[in-house]
Amino acid sequence: MLRYVAKRLLMAVFILWAVATIAFALTFLSGDPATLMIGDHWTAEQIAAFREAMGYDRPLLVQYGDYLAGLPRGDFGVSVRQQVPVMDLILERFPATLELTAAALFLIVFVSIPIGVLSAVKRNTLADRVAMSGALFAQSVPTFWLGIMLILVFGVWLRWLPVSGQGTILHLLLPAITLATFSTARIARLVRSSMLDVLGQDYIRTARAKGLPNWRIHYVHALRNALIPVITILGIEVGSLLGGALITETVFAWPGIGRLTLQAIQARDLPLVQGVITFGALVFVLVNLLVDLSYSLIDPRIRSEEGGKR
Amino acid sequence: MKALWLSIRRSPVALTAFIVLLGLVGVALLAPVLAPMDPGAIDIRARLSPPGEGGHILGTDNVGRDVLSRIIHGARISLFVGVATVLIGGIFGSVLGIVAGYFRGWVETVIMRLVDIQLAFPSILLAVAIMALVGPSMMNVVVVLSIATWAPFCRVARGQTLSVCNQEYITAAVSLGLSDTRILWRHVLPNIINPLIVVASFALATNIINEASLSFLGVGVPPSTPTWGGMLGEGRNYLRIAWWVATLPGIALMLSVYSVNMLGDWLRDHYDPRLTDS
Repeated sequence: MLRYVAKRLLMAVFILWAVATIAFALTFLSGDPATLMIGDHWTAEQIAAFREAMGYDRPLLVQYGDYLAGLPRGDFGVSVRQQVPVMDLILERFPATLELTAAALFLIVFVSIPIGVLSAVKRNTLADRVAMSGALFAQSVPTFWLGIMLILVFGVWLRWLPVSGQGTILHLLLPAITLATFSTARIARLVRSSMLDVLGQDYIRTARAKGLPNWRIHYVHALRNALIPVITILGIEVGSLLGGALITETVFAWPGIGRLTLQAIQARDLPLVQGVITFGALVFVLVNLLVDLSYSLIDPRIRSEEGGKR
Repeated sequence: MKALWLSIRRSPVALTAFIVLLGLVGVALLAPVLAPMDPGAIDIRARLSPPGEGGHILGTDNVGRDVLSRIIHGARISLFVGVATVLIGGIFGSVLGIVAGYFRGWVETVIMRLVDIQLAFPSILLAVAIMALVGPSMMNVVVVLSIATWAPFCRVARGQTLSVCNQEYITAAVSLGLSDTRILWRHVLPNIINPLIVVASFALATNIINEASLSFLGVGVPPSTPTWGGMLGEGRNYLRIAWWVATLPGIALMLSVYSVNMLGDWLRDHYDPRLTDS
């Protein structure tokens, strides 16, 4: 177990280093970061002064070393536009994204699991077919268009719900639905196939032979085992939620990290861009680390599989 | 190929999706002939005309350009970017995956760590960041989305290659002294191509959406070219007074993606009913 934890931790640190390095490299992708950030209507002297102030005139390796050394302390540098530490901006916006993502995750779990289970139990019935083609359809709706349509119907035509900003639970409803739809559909399909897998196992036959009632077999014996792969995918889904937040927050003017990212990109605020990318990867890697470790506790087979290879 | 077509014909779902896609390809190819008006022709006096008014079947946008003509021309971009990125990213990823699965050792370790890194990161976020730095252009969109595409191909190709290489016919080919290239090209690739086609169909759907997302955010294809995502991005600002500008390109986008997904789903069941959603 200890060996497994150590291996996963090492992997997490490695991925973080790689993403941070890519984020750093992005800065120099387009040539001179100083010119890129303050534009070409400045004089050469002004650009040179800016370059010196930002430290872009130092050797690349020194900059890289400085950048990496700052990361463990949460030091992502200073935003060029707002002259505030990048970390402060991120922490200021993070609660809003957390609220939105948590609400979306709640919707995903409580909508997709019942649909998936029901589809599997009622396999090949009309209900199953409707649910699964519905899910495939939901996976095909572009997030930003769904957001716009929800605004049009519930905000503009019916005037039931607020369409932008953050505040009450009513503000949260449309963005959360927008962000959750794609993942809900994907997870529902996954729950169904995972349930079908489990329902074909010997221990389910044993449970049936014992004469247990159907609901007990489905919800106690089968669902618990079927959820194991689903939990892993939910961890990975946090990544697409972070990407989806970029678009959802833009459509609904939600004051979170996603909108901060887009604003940083549009303003060419490179330290801020580097910061949000690395921070996003940090959140994603941490969530997946926790998921992996927690479910190796739930399911001893995963540990022994890892150990068995050596 | 012929057997595949026969199976498609027998499935109403697959056939419908196939016909819709064929129609889409036709519309894209014949766009200049089919479009009733010049998609770039500005007519300020006719701005935001509702559908049916002044000969504009689907209305006009905020500078009076014909929505229908722009949707028809937009099909070209969506399809071109989708197909090009899947080809580039798919071939690149598959080759790396096959190499990793066949040669094993440190090559495999390096390649699979790269996959882990790529998948550790929401690709759309990276795509937006890169696009903002390199500037909007069709070529940049293709390059950036190809980079975002390769990892799933690599992972599936490696897994399939690993299992194929355990088969006796590969052992036989190796003991006959065939070259690696020949074994990979003639014996491994044909046996792993089906799962890769399934991955390709879902990647196509994803990339059509991702191109639209980039253009919607204003960092994709330059706004002078009509794209579904770009039209949505502009139309969003006129939602209260002109619903059609943002709604209709979205329907075209959704129908295309839905057809691709349906076909991909059917292909997966067709090739291997046990392959699970990932």
